[in-house]
Amino acid sequence: MLTPNELDIVKTRLGREPSKTELAIFDAMWSEHCSYKSSKIHLKHLYNYNQKVLHGPGENAGVIDFGDGDKIAFKIESHNHPSYIEPYQGAATGAGGIIRDIFTMGFRPIALTNELFFGDPTDRQNKRIIEGVNDGLSDYGNCVGIPTLQSKTTFAECYAHNPLVNALCVGWTNGRVFTNTPNKLGDVYYVGAKTGRDGIGGAIMASETFGDDTDKRPTVQVGDPYMEKLLIEASLELFATGKVIAAQDMGAAGITSSSTEIALRGGMGMIIDLDGVPLRQPMEPWEILLSESQERMLFVVNKKAGKDVLGIFRKWDLDCQKIGELVEGDSFVVRQHGNEYCNIPLSALEPLELNRETAFRSTNYNKEHKEYEYDYIRPRRQYDTDVMGNTVMGIHNEVGVVKLPTSNKGVAIATASFPHLCYYNIEEGTLHSITSLLEKYRRLGITPMAMTNCLNFGNPEVHTVMGDFKKCIQTMSDAAKYWDIPVVSGNVSFYNETSGKNIMPTPVIGMLGLVEDVYAF
Amino acid sequence: MRFKGYKVGVVIFPGSNCDAETIRLFKYLEMDVKKLWHKDPAPELDMYVLPGGFSYGDYMRAGALATYSPIMRDIKKYAEDGRKVLGICNGFQILCEAGILPGTLTRNDSNKFYCGWMMFRNGNMDHYYLPLANKDGKYISDREVNIAYKYAYMVDSSYVEIAGVYNDKGNVLGMMPHPERAFEKHHSSDDGVKVIDNFINL
Repeated sequence: MLTPNELDIVKTRLGREPSKTELAIFDAMWSEHCSYKSSKIHLKHLYNYNQKVLHGPGENAGVIDFGDGDKIAFKIESHNHPSYIEPYQGAATGAGGIIRDIFTMGFRPIALTNELFFGDPTDRQNKRIIEGVNDGLSDYGNCVGIPTLQSKTTFAECYAHNPLVNALCVGWTNGRVFTNTPNKLGDVYYVGAKTGRDGIGGAIMASETFGDDTDKRPTVQVGDPYMEKLLIEASLELFATGKVIAAQDMGAAGITSSSTEIALRGGMGMIIDLDGVPLRQPMEPWEILLSESQERMLFVVNKKAGKDVLGIFRKWDLDCQKIGELVEGDSFVVRQHGNEYCNIPLSALEPLELNRETAFRSTNYNKEHKEYEYDYIRPRRQYDTDVMGNTVMGIHNEVGVVKLPTSNKGVAIATASFPHLCYYNIEEGTLHSITSLLEKYRRLGITPMAMTNCLNFGNPEVHTVMGDFKKCIQTMSDAAKYWDIPVVSGNVSFYNETSGKNIMPTPVIGMLGLVEDVYAF
Repeated sequence: MRFKGYKVGVVIFPGSNCDAETIRLFKYLEMDVKKLWHKDPAPELDMYVLPGGFSYGDYMRAGALATYSPIMRDIKKYAEDGRKVLGICNGFQILCEAGILPGTLTRNDSNKFYCGWMMFRNGNMDHYYLPLANKDGKYISDREVNIAYKYAYMVDSSYVEIAGVYNDKGNVLGMMPHPERAFEKHHSSDDGVKVIDNFINL
């Protein structure tokens, strides 16, 4: 929810009282989840560029040049809060979201990995969560047909009421990269699944801590991997026509964030007509704008390309509707049935930046640190690690390697996290996550290329949490610079706190590597 | 290669996800490969392949909805005419659902997806090392069937140890293991080629 202070800023920027719809938009866009308001000030300092980087932070995913026209996109994302509320759907939509981030840029997803954190695996309640999360992630990835190359699980008591689910996706293309920055005006198309009431307020939910009382199930989305598979094929077919100007998947805060992001990045205005949006049920304008129904995308295409777009999506039996256009100017206008529900200058949406207070704690041994016995093989069997036929090293190895479809080059991917060490000393823990991966890569003769991070932390309003966060970023940046492995994408998950108890700081590092020849390593 | 000029069509249903590597396998065997879209009529070819995946998301029952795709009418006709039809994984499920092969595939005993490499054998006790990946892989039938492949060892997904069956005439093969994931240099075996070879020269 907007704080009274933020509400005042909204009023000054608009010069009037916001309408109900406008208020809902500000509420979602300025949530921690969408705006990164607490973390941005620190993330700016990350080492995130060298000559191999084609697209860095700010895009849907980081893009690395692998030579000979091959480009690799990758990113890790968390879906912690939904997975606690509804393990199966929460985890499934987590996988779906990160896959969409990759093919939104014109890349074919070629590998998935995940890093999971749970409480005591012998506890009945935790068992339900562990099983639900593994089922959700595996069913989604298997159905979409992307091999899962790594699945790692860590257990500690602090995750019992706040499990962490981090999913990573790697994509490949040797064609053009599409971004969410338009360079000319065009028509806006809505494609994919219909919009329903699921996931309304998801971004806001993810920016709050858990208490004991409320049932938050309606804020979790429901995933449909079959729809995602069709969406991948149809989108890649549309990208191949070369008529796409910009594309953005609808993730947190749905239509609102995807449309405003495109307009903001292009420095243009946006008119959205909600009459065109395919609906599952009658909905209020603000509900349509903020629904986080899954498997939906927003495409900006050339003015005269409407027929091609409709043709491709009809072939794949997907909904496709023109819902607006990119125009000159700076205003974000939303209409329905001829009524105007929102008319704000996009510059007013520019998110705030907070400089939260930090405090540093002394190193600290975690007395709860217990080793749990757990059968890791069983859940790993659930993930299809061979689909696509390119897997060189699958889920039972310490590093995942897939061959590129058109050459003998390979992509290596692995993740690491040491929360117990991070709790003891955040700098040591962060550094060790990076060096442990470097060690594995060096042993196998893989060249590390870039990193992605998923920073799972507690409540940022707690000063020591923010202190840990700041130190973690500093260490990561130093290490990235030292070894020249830029951090090109990432995700921050704050508010991992339940009933006043924060999780251990849990930065997860994903490292992308290049294998020159998969037959000779 | 022996298969030069052999015409094969790979049917693509919405939700098929092993089509790319299946096409790669037949190209590797120097066959003449065509992609067939499930809404279009099937041309006359030497062999039709239903690839693995999750046709129509496996909603209702694995393979059940795909049987209503227009192309299945043609496939059924060609199968009756004695042309070769191969169903892999989800393709096997579709062939059973369409009544082209006897029996049906039900949910694994573990109630979970199972992915792993496994040893299989045929009637001559030749062994094949192939990958398996399915959630509905437990084959059951109410009558005697023409068994093509058996699991060499018990897996939690197999009921009567049947991994693949021929129809009575032997021109239709449905199998759970994936030959298209076992033929390139980076795969753990190249038995996929032998499986296709066996079927075509049967």
